[in-house]
Amino acid sequence: MAKIKEIAQVCKSKNAGPFEVTIDVVFADKRMFERVKRTGALNAELIGRLYKTPPKDVIFTVYDAGLAFKATVPRRIPAGDLGDTDVYGAQQHAPLLDVDIPI
Amino acid sequence: MREFRLVSTSGICGYGFPEESLKAAMAREPDMLGVDGGSTDPGPHYLGSGKCLNSRMSMKRDIALMMDAALSARIPMVISSCGGAGGEPHLQATADIVREVAREKGHKFKLAVIHAEQNKGWVKGKLAKGKVKPLTAVKPLDDATVDGASRIVGMMGAEPYIQALDEGAQIVLAGRSSDPAPWAACATRAQLPSAPAWFAGKVLECGAAAALPKGHDCMIATVREDHVVIEALNPIRKCTPMSLANHSLHENPSPCIHVEPGGILDTTNCRFDAESDRACRISGMSWQPKPYTIKLEGAELAGYRAITICGTRDPGLLGQWDSYLAFVRQNIVDKARAFGVEPEQYHLIYRVYGRDGVMGEWEPVKQSQAHELGILVEVVGKTQEIANAVLSIARINTLHVDFPDRMCKEGNMAFPFSPSDIEAGAAYRFSVFHIVEDIDPLEMFPIEYEMVQ
Repeated sequence: MAKIKEIAQVCKSKNAGPFEVTIDVVFADKRMFERVKRTGALNAELIGRLYKTPPKDVIFTVYDAGLAFKATVPRRIPAGDLGDTDVYGAQQHAPLLDVDIPI
Repeated sequence: MREFRLVSTSGICGYGFPEESLKAAMAREPDMLGVDGGSTDPGPHYLGSGKCLNSRMSMKRDIALMMDAALSARIPMVISSCGGAGGEPHLQATADIVREVAREKGHKFKLAVIHAEQNKGWVKGKLAKGKVKPLTAVKPLDDATVDGASRIVGMMGAEPYIQALDEGAQIVLAGRSSDPAPWAACATRAQLPSAPAWFAGKVLECGAAAALPKGHDCMIATVREDHVVIEALNPIRKCTPMSLANHSLHENPSPCIHVEPGGILDTTNCRFDAESDRACRISGMSWQPKPYTIKLEGAELAGYRAITICGTRDPGLLGQWDSYLAFVRQNIVDKARAFGVEPEQYHLIYRVYGRDGVMGEWEPVKQSQAHELGILVEVVGKTQEIANAVLSIARINTLHVDFPDRMCKEGNMAFPFSPSDIEAGAAYRFSVFHIVEDIDPLEMFPIEYEMVQ
């Protein structure tokens, strides 16, 4: 087992427009990316659980060319609307950092 | 081999870039010089209020350097989504800077100004004909939402830029645009295919964000028939296959499918190869033409905001935060009602840093280990007077209400400032995020020309 924060090069979030936030996990080398990919542990269901979103509303992409996994979810509150906590969506990545990957 | 060289000076006009990088760009004899002026990323305030995202001083610095470079090299200079949100006041503020620089430096040129702000009556007409559809996660549009918007802009594609350049404009200032549009326009106007043209635009609109290290700096793209070469112009930065591949992740729901006004840029089968140790060659992108659509963006007034910032170091209070806050809230409701303000007239929001201030309901850590909490108290009222009055009562009660076993009898909070209350003014929200279907690419974007001298 290894946590994402121990094996990924990048784990980040950002707005994809004012109504969605997109979260990326990027690996530095192809071998580690492939190992993580083989476990299938990163998927729409996991993202749905972490971000309290039905999996059908998660856009999940395994992006081989970038050695990356990408998930896009509807924002909790649109960017800048009343009660929003993160206008740029730049600090919503943290729940992924401690996810255990069975490698 | 046919090629077209496109330069971007930075991610957003006014972010600044090293002058040396622009010199390096011009030494490569580019065919155009551009910069993206905007984004929805900083939130709805700029579109709603009409204010520019960056300061006039910082925009003027970037624009003056670009004008010098582009006009002396006799290549077009293009700024898209002027002033941040790309509405009429943002466009006029940018045009004002361009005219001022021209006066100061004695530049003479043909200027094109492409408008993107939309008439509400026109939008309602399209709505009545069923031509307006919601984008992801928004409700269908209705007349009341259109009327309630303080400003609506359309997001143009490449065609208005092509039109302006065909008319001989040397400097093109455009309202809200799809971010890659100015570069895609110049490359497709030079008869290069849409796929590499839009791909180049997609990278360049972010300045040197696709380089390592990323930064606000100049980049050059060489667009050829079947590929693009991207290179950073500052020797401290490199464009590598991985840095370019990962740039496809940036601010897009998908790394592979990029929806543009007249088609889709598909990067699924892209190949990223090192062209040198500093440049990357990208091939394999494709462009699928689609029926033309234009995105609408609008913002409406949500109320008037007042805030105060404070912190607590009291262990007794940290242990019973929820019941304390419920009691504080009840006090505020009662006291505001006593001076004639009902709860329907304001929103009262407590943001508790050290607990869930960053992620709210998405915060997975339920038991904070913090020894102190930072608190941002926010009131958004129907008027500024209401917001100020309710915030004042909120501050007093947050500071003074009693709670069981309280030891800090003189006050619950540390306030760093006097005055503690900050009037933050009008607060906006995005209210329109829809597309118009069956639309001519030029219809919504009238172009004005003037000889500046």
